Amino acid sequence: MALSGLQIYKLLPASSKNPEVKKHANCKECGFPTCLAFAMKLAQKQAELSQCPYVEEESKTQLEASAAPPIRLVTLSADGRKLEVGNETVLFRHEKTFYHQPGLFVRVKDAQPDAAEVAKAVGEYSVEYVGMDLTLDGVAIEAAGGDFAATVAAVKAACPFPLILMTEDPATAEAGLKAAQGTRPLLYAATPDNWEAMAKLAAQYEVPLAVRVEGGDLTALAALAEQVKEAGVEDIVLDPGVRGYSRSLAVFTQLRRLALKKNERKVGYPLIAFAGDDPILAGQHIAKYAGFVVLDRFSPGTVYPLLVMRANIFTDPQKPIQVQPGIYEINNPGPGDPLMVTTNFSITYFAVANEVESSGMPGWLLVADAEGMSVLTAWAAGKFDAERIAKSVNSTGVAEKLSHHRLIIPGHVAVLMGELEEELPGWEINVGPREAVDLPNYLKMQWG
Amino acid sequence: MPAIEIPKEKWSGRVREITLGATAADGGTRAKTVTVGGETTLPFLHFEGEIPHPPAIAIEVQDRKPTGWSPVLLDAWGDATEDVAAWAKAAEEAGADVVLLQFGAHDDLTPEYARQTLRRVLGATGLPLIVFGPGQAELDNEILVAVAEEGKGENLVLGVCEDKNYRTIVAAALAHGHMVDARTAMDVNLAKQLNILISDMGLPLERIVMDPTTGALGYGIEYGYSVMERLRLAALQGDSMTQLPMLVTPGEEAWRTKEARAGEGVPEAWGDWAERAINWEVLTASTLIESGADIVVLRHPESLNRVREMINALMSKE
Ligand code: B12
Ligand code: SF4
Repeated sequence: MALSGLQIYKLLPASSKNPEVKKHANCKECGFPTCLAFAMKLAQKQAELSQCPYVEEESKTQLEASAAPPIRLVTLSADGRKLEVGNETVLFRHEKTFYHQPGLFVRVKDAQPDAAEVAKAVGEYSVEYVGMDLTLDGVAIEAAGGDFAATVAAVKAACPFPLILMTEDPATAEAGLKAAQGTRPLLYAATPDNWEAMAKLAAQYEVPLAVRVEGGDLTALAALAEQVKEAGVEDIVLDPGVRGYSRSLAVFTQLRRLALKKNERKVGYPLIAFAGDDPILAGQHIAKYAGFVVLDRFSPGTVYPLLVMRANIFTDPQKPIQVQPGIYEINNPGPGDPLMVTTNFSITYFAVANEVESSGMPGWLLVADAEGMSVLTAWAAGKFDAERIAKSVNSTGVAEKLSHHRLIIPGHVAVLMGELEEELPGWEINVGPREAVDLPNYLKMQWG
Repeated sequence: MPAIEIPKEKWSGRVREITLGATAADGGTRAKTVTVGGETTLPFLHFEGEIPHPPAIAIEVQDRKPTGWSPVLLDAWGDATEDVAAWAKAAEEAGADVVLLQFGAHDDLTPEYARQTLRRVLGATGLPLIVFGPGQAELDNEILVAVAEEGKGENLVLGVCEDKNYRTIVAAALAHGHMVDARTAMDVNLAKQLNILISDMGLPLERIVMDPTTGALGYGIEYGYSVMERLRLAALQGDSMTQLPMLVTPGEEAWRTKEARAGEGVPEAWGDWAERAINWEVLTASTLIESGADIVVLRHPESLNRVREMINALMSKE
């Protein structure tokens, strides 16, 4: 946690017990009139510690540690693709936002003949949601009596995403690390039995290392993480060794609180969770504090909702996702094609635009500036009323592109029809269906 | 190394316990009642406080076979959707805790029809009932007054009360010993305000279920999720007007989405229709349970099973 100006002041030369250091107090070399003034600037992050030449080593370590994020940012990479997890700052998303989406991995075993095929499917999977391409993040390969190194190599060739190498045997781990060279995988896991060898490997190959204890023993977990850190591994991931809903929720919450509220550095690392083939449990891990979630099965009908859930929970609550207001042309419309109006909330826009697009029918979509709100929310807030809609019809000059004067409004705001006819003299207002799914049919019936 | 101390919050507040339904001992005819609420900590943090009751699962049944429902949903209930009494019975057999009877707006919807329908549903199931009007103020009032009278003694939950329309429904609940569902548009202050207005009419807080509204997965769930977290935090911090159990309708929301309704003409990446559709409902519900829902209203029997398993697992301390 960040230190206050006064706490920092206690670590600067003016507060030193060593006369050799203390004698520099308020020397102004940092560019500030006093050590106290410098401390205040440091606290506001408007100065750099290196501006004072006289800070003692021990103070420096403390100050640098306090500037580090309470949950370390850990990075995996492969083929130019990077996954960053950790560095979260709040327990509840409404307090600010959640920053780094947990990586979603699919686990394969080295003894599994179709490991590379699964990896390929994972790597190729991509689904569009409100204009974003959502994908999984990688493959976890578990040593289970097969040829670990060969499987790692095959998976790496089949899928461009980062890897998690799962084995507790240092020799197997090293073979896997060699096969994964050129990427930055997560090595899983160091335990109280093998940690020295594993830490050595992680340091040597410069990869993050997961540490695991059994049964949620947080004291043992912190001790193990400390040992690994002292052995030269900075990027650590924690597995407190709990599985299932209830214990995971409790222990993950405890770890997040320890890092953020108690400033407990020893457990200030991302967490890894195993959800088996249960999407509900994976969903819990996404919302409640995992940095990596490992699934045992890849299936689009399960992965799609999970990816959307993750995108939703990690949306910044301060800014709704919006699109630019204006006229959008879908499927190359001509002057005789239908004109529809909607709002500039991304979810709303894409729901409508995707329907029109997939219907194959050309159309004009007028996106009114509704301050990023959905149709009914904007309507209730007075941001999508007859006046505003008329204004966007007029200001975009859409009429000049059309040979007709018909405007289709969302079924949910059918009540606007009368008023709109007054605001837009000469226009015919049509009430469309309530849900966008029903638009293609509607368009075919009314314009086909 | 010194032992790591488990960080616990000291909450001063507690969510009220409320009981739905009434057995013969309390003047009703229900085979059992369902109690929710009573939490003294955030959802399922057993290490820190009490979670005396699991969240309850209600299944929504409609007085008429719904038009426009996804076939994934209609097929799951089979012929039961043809008749609301059979549907209510099927919901009980599927393992619901509560049945939500939803009236639709159609020409036959008269107070007398509503009374008959209620009687038939009460006869078909021993579970506590929630009864929602069609969502049009005047009709709601007319129907719910009749339902309140007909269901006297059953301790029904009548809904929905909104700031624009709550007085008649609350008066009916007061007169005939029922509870109400108080719905607001995902806003902490609006929720508190409506609870105050309703309790000012004399309905005790133990007879109000707070309904903060939600969006489906992919369609605004994050707003519902955060509002529920904030309401629950406020309750635990001692704000009495937020100390009410929360009801949400993930079933209705999820099954409105294209993901649940469309089987064809969708991207291949959406996967198998039934798998995706049910996951949509289940994940909407489970996410809201993690943020504090005490009653979730679902539509699909398979979702019910899966959400039940999740709740059971979360209620265990292991
Ligand atoms: C998420 C949400 C919010 C979020 C805002 C999200 C956002 N950026 O818009 C928050 C929490 C901020 C919010 C606030 C409010 N909300 Co609000 N909110 C919702 C909620 C849950 C979901 C809305 C949503 O995102 N839907 C998904 C999008 C995609 O739907 P959509 O825009 O309607 O688009 C669909 C269709 O309309 C159609 N469509 C869209 N465009 C077009 C165009 C054509 C031509 C056609 C044919 C179809 C079509 O296609 C889409 C997909 O089918 C709804 C309740 C619900 N469950 O629906 C309430 C709801 C819309 N909110 C409501 C209200 C009252 C409010 C507030 C005014 C409350 C208040 N007094 O503070 C505020 C207003 C905001 C403000 N003052 O700043 C009410 C509106 C009631 C009414 N009928 O008037 C609702 C219905 C809740 C309720 N039952 O009371 N809200
Ligand atoms: S450089 Fe600044 S902070 Fe350092 S001793 Fe001099 S006055 Fe104090």
